[in-house]
Amino acid sequence: MEKKKITIALAGNPNVGKTTLFNAITGARQHVGNWPGVTVEKKTGKRTYKDTEIEVVDLPGTYSLTAYSIDEVVARDYVVEEKPDVVVQIVDATNLERNLYLTTQLMELGSRVVIALNMWDLAESRGDEIDTRKMEDFLEIPVVKTVANRAEGIDALLEEVVREADKGEHHEHEVSYGDDIEKKIIELEKIVGKDSALSGKYPVRWLSVKLLDGDENILEKIEGSSVATQVNSVLSTIKKEDYEAAMAEKRYETINTVLPQVCVKCIKGVTFSDMIDRAVTNKYLGIPIFLAMMWAAFEVTFTVATPLMEFVDMFFGWLAGVVAGSITNPVLGSLLGDGIVAGVGAVMIFLPNILLLFLMISLLEDSGYMARAAFVMDKLMYKIGLNGRSFIPLLMGFGCNVPAIMATRTIEDEKDRLVTILVNPFISCGARLPVYLMLAGAFFGRQAGSVIFGIYILGIIVAILSAKLIRGTVLKGKPSPFIMELPPYRLPTLKASAIHMWEKGSIYLKKAGTIILAGVVFVWLLSAIPAPGVDAAFASEEILGTEDSLIGVLGHIIEPLVAPLGFDWKVAVALVFGFIAKEIVIGSMGVLYGTGEDEDALAEILTAGAMNPLTALGLMVFTLLYVPCIACVGVVKKETGSWKWTLFMVAYGTTLAWIAAFLIYRIGTAIGWGL
Amino acid sequence: MTETTLNLLEPGSKAKVIQITGRGSARRRILDMGMVPGAEIEVIRKAPMGDPLEFLVKGYNLSLRKAEAELIVVQPLGA
Repeated sequence: MEKKKITIALAGNPNVGKTTLFNAITGARQHVGNWPGVTVEKKTGKRTYKDTEIEVVDLPGTYSLTAYSIDEVVARDYVVEEKPDVVVQIVDATNLERNLYLTTQLMELGSRVVIALNMWDLAESRGDEIDTRKMEDFLEIPVVKTVANRAEGIDALLEEVVREADKGEHHEHEVSYGDDIEKKIIELEKIVGKDSALSGKYPVRWLSVKLLDGDENILEKIEGSSVATQVNSVLSTIKKEDYEAAMAEKRYETINTVLPQVCVKCIKGVTFSDMIDRAVTNKYLGIPIFLAMMWAAFEVTFTVATPLMEFVDMFFGWLAGVVAGSITNPVLGSLLGDGIVAGVGAVMIFLPNILLLFLMISLLEDSGYMARAAFVMDKLMYKIGLNGRSFIPLLMGFGCNVPAIMATRTIEDEKDRLVTILVNPFISCGARLPVYLMLAGAFFGRQAGSVIFGIYILGIIVAILSAKLIRGTVLKGKPSPFIMELPPYRLPTLKASAIHMWEKGSIYLKKAGTIILAGVVFVWLLSAIPAPGVDAAFASEEILGTEDSLIGVLGHIIEPLVAPLGFDWKVAVALVFGFIAKEIVIGSMGVLYGTGEDEDALAEILTAGAMNPLTALGLMVFTLLYVPCIACVGVVKKETGSWKWTLFMVAYGTTLAWIAAFLIYRIGTAIGWGL
Repeated sequence: MTETTLNLLEPGSKAKVIQITGRGSARRRILDMGMVPGAEIEVIRKAPMGDPLEFLVKGYNLSLRKAEAELIVVQPLGA
């Protein structure tokens, strides 16, 4: 028998367990991509229930369906334009009122809605009594109780979804806005209905409601239509602000007429969370707790990862040796061993860091603490021209700027978002750490830790000053408003965190991994091809990574540019390849100095006179500030949608890096420091 | 008591929303989040650095900066 195919969309407020429910429905059959044309993450998954193949689309979490944020526009465009068979709204059973606000808007869209009344157990255990039968009667929507983190109610939900899908197109369920507004709605409906392009695509009443709501996105759509003048003449008769307020009020009023009968007994507020918040956002304890949390997250990410990274390092070192030794053809052996195996090792070595960082971020997010972090930090971020939400992407930058820049999507205001993206690369990512570790370890002995800490602090200071500078010049304007829910604290589940970790890890391997691998092989090739006029075989021992290879030629071309910083041609080459990925700086120095993966040997050569503490510090600072890696540049281009801003960032950073390294070298030499 | 704006209330005080001033998408978001005329609000606390503020509205906790709270005209309710 042919399987029936349906598409369902998951909608819901943030922090209601939507991702958990999505995971519970689809299991491992997931695909992560982007919504077309925008940079909002799109997750889809599949599930076969009985004889129905269900395609599940996870919509961005939203409170409303206005055009406030790109997430909201994406969610409602999908519902309106793609017309999924059923929209499942995940409703937090412990907060019906605000959650049902979104329901009223989904109903207006004319879609078939099924409510998953999630976290049912929490509502029940605190003593709420919700009459789901009454809720179904009032809303004319099926309601299914679920506990997503224990995968309870999933089959019942799917059963209801399949049944609803069979019913076909839903009638529009209307919120009644009262006589005055209804009159205007009818007036607009008549006008909008005349444009068949509009009325064919969108529900006419919904369009009219949104127009009165002052929805910019819909106003734009009308602007280009045949009825623009007529619509505008109707809209000019009303006071926009009054209508907006009255309509939101009416929606809540609709909910409030239903609620007392549905919620036989409902506890308002969240006492347990409030107890935690009394400490966590306390006037005196708030900031110390915040710092402690950040320190813990950082420690786990970087300290716990160290033995794992050492193991990865050892393994690939051993493997490279085995490969190179067991292949009789020296060219092939070198390519596979020093090029490809070493390259894969260079990719894999950051996996522990990235996985642990995203485990921490996931735990902080899922527990509800992330919102408190933004709450505690907002005033500070506001002072530097950003908002509390910018803090999270900046924090993530310590792990890797690539996902960090992707995380700026949660910032609604375009300017805030752009500034957060542009200064993010100054937050020193995990890939730059090996460069510091190696150089500081070689030159600063017991002070290495303090020096590395100083580099991180320098990055933060540069980010802050740059944000202020950009805000005061090229991107003038106030930061966006701060309107944020402080969700109840919840115990994060290991499963959700593990899935999150795995997703980010695989994105890194796919997106960044291939670039890093290609970069390492490319360095190897350049160092293996004889320079013009040199009479030697490809990849022969005597030219490999020396001046007699192509890489030497390249280095000498760039050398004059970095000579004022005290860098020689080898450093110049390493920095060029650092553009492919920052950690290659050390890897390619290893190749250039002929020490390969052996960092101790490299340290010996460097301290023996190839560099000095000043140039080492200069190189660390230069690595911190100059053009971010190619993956990061690519993400910036993708997220800003502008080559202009991307090039601005590259030029700005590289100029700063040059000036900083120059000052360190010149001033340091002049006062005779560290020599 | 006379009408005032939400940013001027101290933690612990309760009030009823009269209207939201200002315009544009920020105002609409404030409305969407449940700060509609007639809604009852409780000021929970200030952030450690004094801003933003935390409120209880519609049974959940919402945070606004003083700048946004200033847009909300309220009628304080007796304790």
